[in-house]
Amino acid sequence: MTTSTVKTSAKSPYWAGFRDGVPFILMAAPFATVFGVIATDAGLTLAQAMGFSVLVIAGASQFAAIQMMIENASVALVLLAALAVNLRMAMYSASLVPYLGAAPLWQRVFVAYLNFDQTYIVSISRYEKRPEMTVPDRVAYFVGVATPIVPFWVGMTFVGIIAGAAIPEAWALDFIMPIMFLAMVAPMVKSLAHVAATAVSISVALALVSLPSGTGLLIAAGAAMLTGALVEIWLERRKA
Amino acid sequence: MTYSAAEIWTIIAIMGVGTFLIRFSFLGLIGNRPMPSFVLRLLRFTPVAVLPGMVAPLVLWPPATDGALDLTRLLAAFAAVAIGIWTRNVLWAVVGGVAALYGAMAITALL
Repeated sequence: MTTSTVKTSAKSPYWAGFRDGVPFILMAAPFATVFGVIATDAGLTLAQAMGFSVLVIAGASQFAAIQMMIENASVALVLLAALAVNLRMAMYSASLVPYLGAAPLWQRVFVAYLNFDQTYIVSISRYEKRPEMTVPDRVAYFVGVATPIVPFWVGMTFVGIIAGAAIPEAWALDFIMPIMFLAMVAPMVKSLAHVAATAVSISVALALVSLPSGTGLLIAAGAAMLTGALVEIWLERRKA
Repeated sequence: MTYSAAEIWTIIAIMGVGTFLIRFSFLGLIGNRPMPSFVLRLLRFTPVAVLPGMVAPLVLWPPATDGALDLTRLLAAFAAVAIGIWTRNVLWAVVGGVAALYGAMAITALL
């Protein structure tokens, strides 16, 4: 071949993002497969399970919703618990404003749809390292990061739905999700305030595990956020 | 599960729209207007406030073992957390956690 059909210029922010997004296929693929398996197990149809992965495109909340539905929680409680899991993305949204706030509305809509843990964390660290990036370059990079991940997220959900029953229980795929959450959250525990928030989250959630589905987690999360904020203020005052 | 198809689609639709609105919120609507600093402070703790509480019962009482404490899963969880704190790298933490899970399962199978 004398001509390349794909623009792989190292200078293109889209392809730089694409390259940085590729390793996250490793996370998205098994995670999505497990979602497909669990959703089908719980009694969802193929269209419903795919609907979750395409329309919601937020793994943690999809699992939270299925878990609540298995427990036959009310529709309102399913929604409350699942959306509470996604509240962290309001923080992502807020912290992207200084970098992407000036982009056209349609681009911000598109970025918002693709704003999940991996795209956010990869993109924000690039923006911080390269303050000279233009707004269009930042948008292109963000979409580039999402490009390799999203097809695997959707495609492997489908594989999970189809292959569901054929995946042996001995593979312990049920536990890939907790491992991924722990792996994502552990590097974020970087101060005493974070440690305090984590400890409160765990202990309150365990203590309230018998409450109606999801309520314990909401109380635990609220208490943990407040603990983190107050401990942080206390530490700052002690330093001052 | 005892939901009608309409109820399930309602859940999917509202979750889809709600999740989008959460993601769009500040970026789209509030823009560059300043937010109360205490709200920002609370929001910064969201991941460490939600995820550990969500995972903790799954680690101690895994549904796959009908809630019985499982050393294999406990070890895998510990490995993911320890490597994540040590390396500050999500991918290494995932690799370490998964390796611990299957390593411990293989050893158990051999014994």
